[in-house]
Amino acid sequence: MAKYIGKRLVYMLLSLWMIVTATFFFMRIAPGNPFASEKKLPPEIEANLNAHFGLDKPWYEQYWEYLVRIVNWDFGPSFKYKSQTVNDLINEGFPVSFLLGMEAIFIAVAVGVLLGIIAALKHNRWPDYTAMIVAVLGISVPSFIMASFLQYFLAIKMGIFPVARWESFMHSVLPAVALASAPMAFIARLTRSSMLEVLANDYIKTAKSKGLSRGVITVKHTIRNALLPVVTYMGPLTAGILTGSFVIERIFGIPGLGAHFVTSINNRDYTVIMGVTVFYSILLLVSILLVDIAYGIIDPRIKLAGGKKGE
Amino acid sequence: MEKLLEVKNLEVSFQTYGGTVKAVRGVSFDLHKGETLAIVGESGSGKSVTSQSIMKLIPMPPGRISDGQILLNGDDIVPKTEKQMEKIRGKEISMIFQDPMTSLNPTMKVGNQIMEVLVKHQNMSKQDAKNRAIELLRLVGIPMPEKRVNQYPHEFSGGMRQRAMIAIALAANPKLLIADEPTTALDVTIQAQILELMKDLQNKMDTSIIFITHDLGVVANVADRVAVMYAGQIVEMGTVDEIFYDPRHPYTWGLLASMPSLENDDKAELAAIPGTPPDLTNPPKGDAFAARNQYALAIDFEEEPPMFQISETHFAKTWLLHPDAPKVEPPEAVKRRMRQLSSTFEKPVLVKEGE
Ligand SMILES: Nc1ncnc2c1ncn2[C@@H]1O[C@H](COP(=O)(O)OP(=O)(O)O)[C@@H](O)[C@H]1O
Ligand code: SF4
Ligand SMILES: [Mg+2]
Repeated sequence: MAKYIGKRLVYMLLSLWMIVTATFFFMRIAPGNPFASEKKLPPEIEANLNAHFGLDKPWYEQYWEYLVRIVNWDFGPSFKYKSQTVNDLINEGFPVSFLLGMEAIFIAVAVGVLLGIIAALKHNRWPDYTAMIVAVLGISVPSFIMASFLQYFLAIKMGIFPVARWESFMHSVLPAVALASAPMAFIARLTRSSMLEVLANDYIKTAKSKGLSRGVITVKHTIRNALLPVVTYMGPLTAGILTGSFVIERIFGIPGLGAHFVTSINNRDYTVIMGVTVFYSILLLVSILLVDIAYGIIDPRIKLAGGKKGE
Repeated sequence: MEKLLEVKNLEVSFQTYGGTVKAVRGVSFDLHKGETLAIVGESGSGKSVTSQSIMKLIPMPPGRISDGQILLNGDDIVPKTEKQMEKIRGKEISMIFQDPMTSLNPTMKVGNQIMEVLVKHQNMSKQDAKNRAIELLRLVGIPMPEKRVNQYPHEFSGGMRQRAMIAIALAANPKLLIADEPTTALDVTIQAQILELMKDLQNKMDTSIIFITHDLGVVANVADRVAVMYAGQIVEMGTVDEIFYDPRHPYTWGLLASMPSLENDDKAELAAIPGTPPDLTNPPKGDAFAARNQYALAIDFEEEPPMFQISETHFAKTWLLHPDAPKVEPPEAVKRRMRQLSSTFEKPVLVKEGE
């Protein structure tokens, strides 16, 4: 196991390095610069600014300095917010995004799995059809439309939830639901089809032939095996929630990392864009690794290479 | 001998998009305590559906037992509820399936899969059940059972998995064991070992066995009696000797002629039965086998043959046994093994309906 994780960590570092390099060069190719704004700056001031942020140096020096800083977990200053570093932005925004993301993941998994199980157990009857209509809607309606829809009905019309901002748990419900709806629908369909597949398996018939009750068969033999694909989906789910949060945080005025990220792109705030991209990449790579490890633990057929009993 | 099981005029159908599939069409047989009955027939002849009906394991819907009785110790199980069936499955009747690769749960330890039965039917504590599971694994010939009990199915070979399945099936000392092609998925040497094991355990535990196979070759070794199924019906039934040495139904002749054996080597070509079984959504008029039967008479396309009795234990459903039927010779491969059996009646007797 340790060997396997070690190997995976090395691959992760490699991927990270490639991501950092790619972001760095894409940033330079992109037209415009952080100081391009409505008012033309006097050339002396612009030169001063460039010198201050090291933009006057040759690209390889900038690249090298950037790598060194990232290794030291220092993403540098923000170009736009004079007094803030990128680290400040991450430290401030990430906890908010994390909370929102976790809430969304929880909703997506809990509701999605539940809907999927109900649909499969009531296969081709009305609960199945209802759950699948909900799922198709969830998948086909983009999250920003879902968000406006929720805001309009549940907040403005009915006044159950606050429209926007980030102050209490109630404030988090609508954005979390909007963020969760698409992955929830996907998980519902995944769970349903995987349940149906498991139910058609011979070992379910074996379980029945032993005299086990339907309840025991469902819990002990069906659901457990049916959830394996859902566990694999947790990696892409995290990615989906991350990217989804860019839009949702903007719509609901939530001071999370996603909102900062979008603002920084509009501002061409190089260091923030790069820093947040790298930070997100690390997050994603780690969560994929965790999912793989969890999968290896849950499914006895998977032996993580280098594991104790691994071949 | 006491009757353990009596199946009377069983009819099972499936509702499908293409119409109603009449998978089992009036099957009757009985089984004595400690006896082994083999059910043979081509794939699709309704062997699995018949046997799964005995445990009410067929999916309902689309399946339906549309007629008949299944008496276990004189008690009809057809009207029983799922809750009542739970007390019968695994305890009175248990089943071994064809493919040991897929019939065990891949994410549950083999020991736990045995223990489930013991906990359910024998009210054992977890610890007792585990000890008993180890004993059972030893009984079915799995080496190092203390270690194996904690392993997962993928750590077992095919033959070992089928042994584990047998351990599960026998855990609660059932009175009837149904083995649905238990060796079909295994290679020949393993096949022989599993058959040996089953015979051995039957002697020890005095279980009755219904042994399903499409391979007449294995039947002679394991069975007391044989039922030959075709298109959802039993077309011939008798003791092993009667089926092997005095077969009367052309379908049985076909099965015997297509069976590889020592005498039947490269000289005589293996004669596969031509054609395919009929569509059971619309079973043909007359005898279902007529279209594939080189001996078919005119009446065969008009009217279904009745059952004739050839001896106390031997039955066949073919017009050829009718007194007016022309005398026909079975194929060479079958004729060579035919011999006169002492128990045979002088003349075939028509079995009246409803008997
Ligand atoms: N669940 C089902 N739905 C529809 N038809 C079925 C189902 N199960 C079995 N059948 C039909 O019943 C017939 C007998 O099948 P089966 O008993 O499995 O044959 P065997 O075991 O002799 O190979 C086949 O024609 C098959 O198509
Ligand atoms: S009844 Fe007719 S068709 Fe059927 S097996 Fe006998 S001879 Fe052949
Ligand atoms: Mg079958």
